[in-house]
Parts: sequence; structure tokens; C-alpha cells
Amino acid sequence: MSTLRAAVLPNRVTRPGAASGMALWLICCLLLTLLLTAGSLVIGTTSIETSWHWLLVPDEQSAVVLWQIRLPRTLGAWCVGALLGLCGATAQGLFRNPLAEPYLLGTASGAAFGVALSLIALDSSIGELAWAARLGMTGAACMGAVAATALTIALSRGVLQTTSLLLAGIVVASVLAAATSLILLTKPEIFRAMQTFLLGSTGFLGWSSVALVAAVLAICLVPALVWSRGLDALTLGEDTARSLGLSLPMLRLALLGMMSLGTATTVGQVGVVMFVGLMAPHVVRQTLSVNHRQLLIAASLCGGALLQAADLICRWIIRPAELPVGAVTACVGGAYLVLLLWRRNRDA
Amino acid sequence: MVEARATVDSAEPKRAVLSCRDLTVGYGKRLVLDRVSLDFEAAKWHAVVGPNGCGKSTLLRALAGLDRSRSGGISLCGRPLSAWPRRARARRLAWLAQHAGVTDLTGAEVVRLGRLAHGGWLAARQIDDDAATRRAMIATGSWDWAERRLSSLSGGERQRIYLARALAVEAPVLLLDEPTTHLDPPHQEDVVRLIREQAHGCEVCVVSAIHDLSLALAADRVIVMGRHQLIGHGTVREALAGGWLSAAFETPIDVVNYKGTHLWRPALDP
Repeated sequence: MSTLRAAVLPNRVTRPGAASGMALWLICCLLLTLLLTAGSLVIGTTSIETSWHWLLVPDEQSAVVLWQIRLPRTLGAWCVGALLGLCGATAQGLFRNPLAEPYLLGTASGAAFGVALSLIALDSSIGELAWAARLGMTGAACMGAVAATALTIALSRGVLQTTSLLLAGIVVASVLAAATSLILLTKPEIFRAMQTFLLGSTGFLGWSSVALVAAVLAICLVPALVWSRGLDALTLGEDTARSLGLSLPMLRLALLGMMSLGTATTVGQVGVVMFVGLMAPHVVRQTLSVNHRQLLIAASLCGGALLQAADLICRWIIRPAELPVGAVTACVGGAYLVLLLWRRNRDA
Repeated sequence: MVEARATVDSAEPKRAVLSCRDLTVGYGKRLVLDRVSLDFEAAKWHAVVGPNGCGKSTLLRALAGLDRSRSGGISLCGRPLSAWPRRARARRLAWLAQHAGVTDLTGAEVVRLGRLAHGGWLAARQIDDDAATRRAMIATGSWDWAERRLSSLSGGERQRIYLARALAVEAPVLLLDEPTTHLDPPHQEDVVRLIREQAHGCEVCVVSAIHDLSLALAADRVIVMGRHQLIGHGTVREALAGGWLSAAFETPIDVVNYKGTHLWRPALDP
């Protein structure tokens, strides 16, 4: 029977259904992104009618609002979301844990700690900072993230044991969060600025941020896609992956480095935005059966659209004021996580 | 029949593709393998048998280079195992885990992972990889599930996918840890037939840990392991004549010869 079927089947081993499903999914994601970008242009502190008028009859002031404030903001939100989705999908593959996220490794806490330290050094609030100082803050976030990740790896004595790595990550994250809180208590003058960071805000994204995050996204995609088949092999077990000629230390080092860079960049630009990295890969897996190469790409696109949507929501709900985007993703993501756990328990 | 093959064997020079000398492996204080020396030849099926916990899996893992040995050496194709570059070794030595992870990948994708060490950047390679994947899946009768997710398959169906994954490597040495687990009797038979075909038809050196004594006694060579040491390594005839099995299991093992096939008979009252 099987031989007969094989004889008529083409030599190429693919899955026709999955390929078209993936294409459809990508098109939907891109359409949604276009829609959200357009929506972000017309929704803001001014009324929608005014925005339409601006779009149709451009003038000096409207050009600034539309092309220097709203467009970079929504594009920046997309890039940050995509980076978070990519890092989340990578973390879940690397730790073979569907609930893993770069935030679990202490990376984000380290980045936030770095930002707190740099704020003390700069002794200023975020809104008044020039872009050079913002770049410096991104650098501080990066160093904090890399230091925290390195500390996590050192505590778990290498990257070989998944469980001890996650445990060490939780310890480092908790200690660093406590240290950040202590700094905030002793330096009340940076409290407001830091609060914006800890809640996450897309309000400060300009073209320079967009360029930075987009560049980092492109850099991070390279190791992720190169090692995607390694992540596939890892799903069969670490021993099988090793027997296939995969160097696990190299894979872990490359992907942990990539996750640190990606997470630190997002924290440096928009602060702590929870759950996007967790949610994006899950949304993909709920709708598609994918291998890691497809998952990484789809999760990036999905994460981008998610954060754009969250950004839009936080600007829409209490117009003309706005909510911190981190609060919105935390609420939506938290609810999603509960739903996920509840569904798992029901199925189990 | 067995006799005839044995004489032919002694005439031709030994072709040990994989061998270990004074191999000692332990976890913590416990010594699992103590100075084991073995030779594995091409075009032969070697079955490793012994009681639970005697170190069958440990032996296979050590031979695959997955566990570091405390002392002793392993050589693959005349070169120390540790001296092989990672990917070159993975092309020559395929290992099938006793328990592998369940993923959302499709059957074909899992099998294709066996080609990971073969490169795969170039289009010509891709065609080779596809052909090897297809051959392995047809050989294990798992081609029908090529497009189904592994997580949606039954235990036996998955086992055949994993086996195809190991075959897709097309390595000259095949290490199989309990390849017949989760399989119903007709499929166990298929797997044994497949192993023989790999050994005798494709000149592969197959080493398998096998729980089922009747299946293990269909092998060309048996490696009988006791609780603490190697009892013997040789043909089935030698193993039976020497009473190796009874010594290994520390209880009388009754093997009957039924029309040339050796069968283990449980000592139960009728």
C-alpha cells in the first residue's frame, strides 16, 4: 500500500496544505498591519475628522504630526513587537518550554536595571532626553541585559540544564527587580521617568528608534533562521539533537546572545512590555502547524501586529489621554495566559 | 546455516567499523560499564541483551559519543571517536533514542532531520535529502504519515517515524536503542526484517539493544551483558552453548529451536 502511494507521489517531500496555510496567514498578518498602520495615522489626540482632513489637505503642522509623530510611533511599535515575538519564539524553542520568554532569563530585568542606573547618571527625565542620551540608555539597557543573562548562565553553571537555567533566570530577575525598586525608593526624582519605563510606553518612538529597532530585528533574524532546523532537532530531545551533529553549546550561545540583544533593544526603546513575546508564538501555533523556521517568521509578524494593536488601543480608550502600552499588553496577555493554562488543564 | 556462515566469517578478515577497548562508564559513584572491549563489524546485526539496568542503553550512548567515558577508547572506522569532527561523525553514526520527544513537526520533517549533518544549503543536496527521506519512510512503512503531525500519531506510528529518522542518516553504523518498543508483533517483525536488510543488503553495522529475547536471537551476533560485567560476545550458537543468557539473567533461560528459529520459552506451567 505504502509503496504504491509513494510511486505516484512526487519526489519532493513537502506539505502542500501547510504551505498555502502559511501563505494565507502571512497575507492576513500583513493586511492587518497595513490596516493598523492606517488606523494609527488617523487616531490620536485630535478628532478623526481632523485627521482625515490632514491626510487629504496636508499642511505644515499636520505633516509633522502625521509623519514625524504618528507614523514612526506605529512603525516602531511594529518593529518592537516583531522583535519581542521573535525572541519569545526563540526562547520557547530553545528551552523546549511553551511558557518560556526572554523575560524569564532575567534579561529584561537586567535591561530595566541598566536603564535605572543610567537615569541616575543622567539625572533627568525621559521626556527631556535628547536622542543621544536615549541611545546611551539603550546601551545601558543592553549592558544590563547581557550582564543579567551572563549572571543567569553563570549561576546555572553553563547552559546545559534547561531547568536550572530557568530557575537561575527567575532568581536573577527577582533580585534585579528588587534592586531597581530600591534605587527608585532612594532616588525619588527619577521615579516618574522610571515608572514610564517599567509600564512600557510607545510614546517616545521616533524615526531614530525605528531605524535602531529595525536594524536589530534584521540582525537577530539571521542567527534565528540559521539555527531554526537546530531548534527543530531539539524538539526530539537534546541527545538526539547531539547525535545529529548539532553543537548545543554553540546553538545556545548564539540564540541567548541574540535574545539578549533583542530584548535589551526593546526595553531601551519602549520599556518593559510583558507577554507579547509569550503570546505571539502561541497565537501562531493555535492556528498553524509549523516548523521553527515558519514559526519564527510568523511569530515576528504576529508580535508586530499585536503591539501595534495594543498601541492603538491604549491611545483610543481614554482619548485624548493615553494608557501605558505595557499595561494593556500585561492585561490582555495575562488574560490570554490564564486562558491557555485553563485550556491545558481541561485537555489534560 | 549458522554453521556455514560462521566458517565464512572466520575466513575473511575482520572488518570492525566500530570498536571499544576497556570502556568504563559510570554515573556518579556507580560504575555501569567496567572495562568493556567489543568489536562491531560491517554487514552484521549485533543484538545487545541483558537484564534491566545492566547498561545496554549506556553502552549504546557511549558508542554514540553521547556520554563521556571514564577511561578506555572507542574507534569509529579506524579513527578515535573523539577525533572525528562533529558533523562528519554524525554522518557515519546514527543513534535512535529509546525515548524521543513528541513534536508538532510533520513526519517528513522529523525524518528529514536525519539529514541535518549532510549540509543542505545547495539545491543538489536538497534532492539527495528528499530522496533519502523518502527511502527511509517507505522502508519503515511510514510514508503515509509524511504530512501528519507527530503529536497526532500513535506510539507505534511515531516509533516508525523515529526509526526512519535514524535510517535517513544513511550512516554505516546504526545504533538502535530498543527499536521495537511500542510496536505490535507484525511491526516488530517488520523492524527486524528491516534491520537485517540494512545489515546484509546495505552493509550497515547495526547494533541494537533488544528486550525481546526471541527477536534478539535472530541477530548475527549477540552481546550478552550481566549486571556488572560483559558475559560474552559471539554468535547465537556460542551464546546458547555457553549458557550466557542464564548467567546474565541469573535464572535459567530456556531457548528452544523451532525449525531453525531460536525462541525463548517462558518457564510457565501449561
